[in-house]
Amino acid sequence: MIRITVEKRLSGANGPFTLSADLQMQPESILTLYGKSGTGKTTLLRMLAGLEKPDSGRIEVNGVTWFDSESGINLPPQKRRVGMVFQDYALFPTMTVRENLLFAQEKKDPRKVNEMLELTGLLALCDRYPETLSGGQRQRVALARAILRTPDILLLDEPLSALDQKTRGQLQDEILKVHRRFKLSTLLVSHDKQEVFKLSDSVAVIKNGRITRKGSPHEVFLDRLTSNKFSFISTILSIRRVDCIYLAVIGTGNELVEVVLSERDMADLKPGDEVLVASKAFNPIVMKL
Amino acid sequence: MTLDIAPLLLTMKLAGVTTVILYLLGLPVAWFLSQTRVRLKPVLEALFALPLVLPPSVLGFYFLLAFSRQGWLGCLWEELFGHQLAFSFDGLVLGSVIFSLPFMVHPLQAGFNAVPHNLIEASYSLGKSKTLTMLKVILPSMKSSLLTGGVLAFAHTVGEFGVVLMIGGSIDNETKVASIAIYDLVESLDYQSAHIYAAILFVFSFAILMAVYLVNKKLDLR
Repeated sequence: MIRITVEKRLSGANGPFTLSADLQMQPESILTLYGKSGTGKTTLLRMLAGLEKPDSGRIEVNGVTWFDSESGINLPPQKRRVGMVFQDYALFPTMTVRENLLFAQEKKDPRKVNEMLELTGLLALCDRYPETLSGGQRQRVALARAILRTPDILLLDEPLSALDQKTRGQLQDEILKVHRRFKLSTLLVSHDKQEVFKLSDSVAVIKNGRITRKGSPHEVFLDRLTSNKFSFISTILSIRRVDCIYLAVIGTGNELVEVVLSERDMADLKPGDEVLVASKAFNPIVMKL
Repeated sequence: MTLDIAPLLLTMKLAGVTTVILYLLGLPVAWFLSQTRVRLKPVLEALFALPLVLPPSVLGFYFLLAFSRQGWLGCLWEELFGHQLAFSFDGLVLGSVIFSLPFMVHPLQAGFNAVPHNLIEASYSLGKSKTLTMLKVILPSMKSSLLTGGVLAFAHTVGEFGVVLMIGGSIDNETKVASIAIYDLVESLDYQSAHIYAAILFVFSFAILMAVYLVNKKLDLR
């Protein structure tokens, strides 16, 4: 069981705010911190890893106190068994893939490294240096390295944000695979809803440093669907007038759609607004591509 | 005519010893300067860069005062080691270390600054101590800075003249380095010998700098 109750003053783009989190994680589950950038997700992860110090609070992992502001306990990062996967991977550029993995082990065990290389499909690349690898390959090395630390908790900081859609999908499957195989407790930071939905057992939504919602991905993301609406949160990209109506281009995820707006709608809508686009009484057609 | 190679050997010895000491001294100083957030940092940086701009005669003059029997350092030295600091090889080494310090510290500091901070954090969170991180992660990723610092410090000591002139005294096998030997030869109108020494230093300096640029290019490609 992992319990985190921390507070820290942060300075954001819109002035200072307080990051205040109270989270519990079940063992062998994936908990995702979901939210826009600059809301304190990464800071929370770094506080767990011991790379940043909370102003106050307590962090307890499997019965061991890692941080407690009251009794002055603050374990250094070296003493916390954390597998951290950084957003830009942080692979050691002067070490080969194999050396990167060996470095993570407390007791050098080349056999285990070989197993891991095989499991993650890196065996053919094991003598290459990180800068000769693709983004997806680097990500695999970073993940393998973090797991070889035999962590109490695996911390993934937007691990797939720099990758293309296809690689991302593959790696999501791989993360799930190793997460289950090594029975890890994983804390994921992400702002990609699809990713969160696919990977997480539970989600905590962070807004301006506060956790505004907690629950299963279904509860957090899909409660709107219970009213049988087909609806998406979208952004108005442009509005143009055609005769007596208005046509708005709206971006939903990666897709663009054009919808008709009336004079009345126009009163409080302008390009850049975030809107809910919903349609009633239609059954969407789902086709395999 | 036979060329006395003692001044050349002495120059190499002085530069070698100075460079080794500068590595030991420069690494902690550069690391401190790259990491510290104290308000005095600009003062410290200016102090360490001072030998870059001060005329060697100014430094040499102060060294001479400090190293002489009446100076505090010279007095202390004589009590500890039993010989005078000024006009000795030890004095030259000490002077050269201070004179060439910025040539070691600046490349190293730039090197430390260029190591991505998350590599250090990654190493810490993999359970590695600060020492091990320094040896296995930080220093290996700044090889070209290490090389540049060492070579510049070495070459700058080879090219030293003003400071050595002030605190050396041109004693054979003790303080008569190549640059001083050339000066003496020119003064005694022995242009031929001066030419030989000068040419050797010229070729040596060119070769060493070119080697650095070649190796650095390779290190950068890696």
